[in-house]
Amino acid sequence: MTGKDEAELSRLLRAAIAGDERAYADFLHRIAALVRGFVRRKIVQGGVDPEDVVQETLLAIHVKRHTWRPEAPVLPWIYAIARFKLIDAFRRRGRRIEVEIDEIADTFAEPEAETVSERDINRALDGLPPAQRSVVSSISVDGQSIGETAAKLGISETAVRVSLHRGLAAIAKRFGRQ
Amino acid sequence: MRTEDLIKALDADARDKAMPLGKAWWLAVGVAVVIAAAVFFTTIGPRPDIMPAMHTMRFMSKFLFTLVLAVSAFALIRVLSMPGASTRRAMAWMIAAPLLVVLAVILELFVVPEADWGKRLVGTNMMICMSFIPLIGIGPLAIFLGMLRYGAPTRPVLAGAVAGLLAGGLAATFYAAHCFDDSPLFVATWYTIAIAFLTLLGAIGGRLFVRW
Repeated sequence: MTGKDEAELSRLLRAAIAGDERAYADFLHRIAALVRGFVRRKIVQGGVDPEDVVQETLLAIHVKRHTWRPEAPVLPWIYAIARFKLIDAFRRRGRRIEVEIDEIADTFAEPEAETVSERDINRALDGLPPAQRSVVSSISVDGQSIGETAAKLGISETAVRVSLHRGLAAIAKRFGRQ
Repeated sequence: MRTEDLIKALDADARDKAMPLGKAWWLAVGVAVVIAAAVFFTTIGPRPDIMPAMHTMRFMSKFLFTLVLAVSAFALIRVLSMPGASTRRAMAWMIAAPLLVVLAVILELFVVPEADWGKRLVGTNMMICMSFIPLIGIGPLAIFLGMLRYGAPTRPVLAGAVAGLLAGGLAATFYAAHCFDDSPLFVATWYTIAIAFLTLLGAIGGRLFVRW
């Protein structure tokens, strides 16, 4: 399954980088499920909510997608980021864990569905300047498009894009700094 | 916020494009070289007898050491800043510069009479060497640490230290054109101390600033 995943995921990410938004959404959904399976298996004792790590990993993958070379395999890149974010999550909560670096274990990560609870990302969202916060939550939580958000807030689409981009970058940075 | 919702936001931001990291590294090195050159030429500059000096093995060997260090550190820092990239080969190449210096030191000890060893090692320029290599290298180091923030190093302290080695190799290449002490005994001692200082600084910088 890994070989097929690898080819499919790198095809999707290449298409996404070339500007195909539907390919990007597909890519993000697939890696969310993969990373969720990976993180849940690694977190055996409590203290860290796997879904928080999934969200941090997705954000990191998004803001760091220029660090992937299109000719390199995509799965090692994804798992390296997930592992880094997982260790980071434990470190922030004052725990030390050992996360094995074996690639074999990674391949057993099965896609898993999300569970709902209070999220770290909500706190990060609340910390944003009001203009960025309203744009990010309009598009994410309310599920509105760039155009709908622009109309609702009475600003240009470009301004929406800029606020969204800065807001996401700020959330990602906040996770890194904590 | 559910993960589903987060994906909607990330997807809406898909259009934004950042420069690929590999290309950005080349740009960063170009800027770093310009900064190092500017500091070098406005302060100490090359030695006046640089043309005849270029015909001597000892003078030219200094550039071999420093350039091999810079090139191997550049190859390593590139892969260190890309998650999941294999670092084994680039790591192995880091032995090349120290090995060349050790070989040159052994040769020098054979060629030069024992009575002159101390004089060659101490040289005439060690204070300038130890202050100007860090001085020329500090700007490049800041640029390389900035690049590590732009990248995604999963080992920030190690990557920061390699940024110091790269800045040190670059700075030492310029400094070598100024220095009259061409003996490998001098280079192995004082250049190493100066570059080690930048490496330590880089590791601390990696620990403090390279978060993502």
